[in-house]
Amino acid sequence: MAKHDTPLLDELEKGPWPSFVTDMKRQAETHPECWDILGQLELSYKDKITHWKHGGIVGVFGYGGGIVGRYSDVPHRFPGVEHFHTVRIAQPSGLYYSTKNLRGLMDLWDKYGSGMTNMHGSTGDMIFLGTRTENLEPLFWDLTHNLEQDLGGSGSNLRTPSCCLGESRCEWACYDTQDVCHHLTMHYQDEIHRPAFPYKFKFKFSGCPNDCVASIARSDFALIGTWKDDIRINQAAVKEYIAGNYPSNAGAHAGRDWGKFDIKKEVIDLCPTGCMWMEGGELKIDNAECTRCMHCINVMPRALKPGKEKGATICIGAKAPILDGAQFATMVIPFIEVSKENEYENVIDVIEQVWDWWMEVGKNRERVGETMQRIGLPNFLRVMEIEATPQHVREPRSNPYVFWREEEVEGGWERDVVAFRKKHAA
Amino acid sequence: MATIEHNGKSYEVDEDGFLLNGSESWDDNWVSYVKGVEGIGDLTEEHKKVIDALQEYYKKNGIAPMVRILSKTTGFPLKRIYELFPSGPGKGACKMAGLPKPTGCV
Repeated sequence: MAKHDTPLLDELEKGPWPSFVTDMKRQAETHPECWDILGQLELSYKDKITHWKHGGIVGVFGYGGGIVGRYSDVPHRFPGVEHFHTVRIAQPSGLYYSTKNLRGLMDLWDKYGSGMTNMHGSTGDMIFLGTRTENLEPLFWDLTHNLEQDLGGSGSNLRTPSCCLGESRCEWACYDTQDVCHHLTMHYQDEIHRPAFPYKFKFKFSGCPNDCVASIARSDFALIGTWKDDIRINQAAVKEYIAGNYPSNAGAHAGRDWGKFDIKKEVIDLCPTGCMWMEGGELKIDNAECTRCMHCINVMPRALKPGKEKGATICIGAKAPILDGAQFATMVIPFIEVSKENEYENVIDVIEQVWDWWMEVGKNRERVGETMQRIGLPNFLRVMEIEATPQHVREPRSNPYVFWREEEVEGGWERDVVAFRKKHAA
Repeated sequence: MATIEHNGKSYEVDEDGFLLNGSESWDDNWVSYVKGVEGIGDLTEEHKKVIDALQEYYKKNGIAPMVRILSKTTGFPLKRIYELFPSGPGKGACKMAGLPKPTGCV
């Protein structure tokens, strides 16, 4: 496999940001197929169209997903990318690695693949980019036998769950996101590896409403940490912020002069519910009116902390636009205990209630959020055996097309028009 | 596109080994070929039941059935389908039945 001229791609070696072109050229020195990926990419830049064929079904025995097959539509020009399959590798929760583990993985990929990777795919998997069909089983053998790691998910199944780094190094985590993520990943291996759903389904776990793993936008089932009791206030630290001894937002805005910290302007007046005030030099919060948006905590992390009665909110149904429009997840359970002691049994119960229903009524390639839209939130809540509360809506409906169940209406639906005509002549 | 020779017969297939013209060229000889490449042991009545169910559904509806429907019509849980077809209902059973390659975000 020879070098190709890549005048358009060469432009992308200029500038300060790490250049993927430079990296790939370096990789091509030991993996010549990378010249062909550069060559094909250059051709795509020129033609302004992809040069990968449609689809591709490859895999390893026992699993129905985990590997995304890909073939070049110009293999005679770029034989190195004739097959260019992508392998999804299950990542550790929070993406903490040892160099020993990474070296093991890269030795494996050097042996069986192009050596090119994506660290990481949007869903969370470590992604090995580019190998041939005949390498898949040997790669999978070594991955499982030598490194004791597994593939991630693809297809109409539970995709690889991911989480924010949680309690490992964040003082706002309201539950152990990494442990939940790991536990549920292990618990649902069968659902990850063998597609059995109407469509894909994703879990994401965030320790607090800052939602660093974007669960509310990018997972069908989002578990977002929160608390029930009062925000913990350290009044001495509040004074330090006011005095300018502690930088606001932990110095996140230090790159520009925003003037002296003003607690009224930057915290109290920005609180979305207006439930904060200063009284006798002390910061007060009316916690009953607090929606736990995280703003005050984000601004004064050394003075304010989430409460002690921690748990999470469950939001369901986020998805990208296809087919019937983008959706954020809908709040379904305002507060649920998230406890290692019961091995997250109550969270698992909710998940299975969703699955039992969706697997039965979900149409082919219908995300759970679309199924919820189709049957309506009231019906979904009934399926979930959850009582409707004001928290389930942002505002009540404005149209009057209200359905009643027959048993809710006195006399039911069976009416006799003759009886009606006795009182009202036609 | 490629051609596969098996027991003197040839078949037009795509890169993933799916029949290009489906039921037209599908026959028992194709089944015995796929058996060899998809890690399938002895061909049993259960395999045939899955293949028949897939072909019947495809003929009637023009698409492959959802996994759940395949399980319902055959009475085999997904686990059993993987025991019969190690690559699963898509890559294994659909290929053997001569159905088109599954598409979408796989």
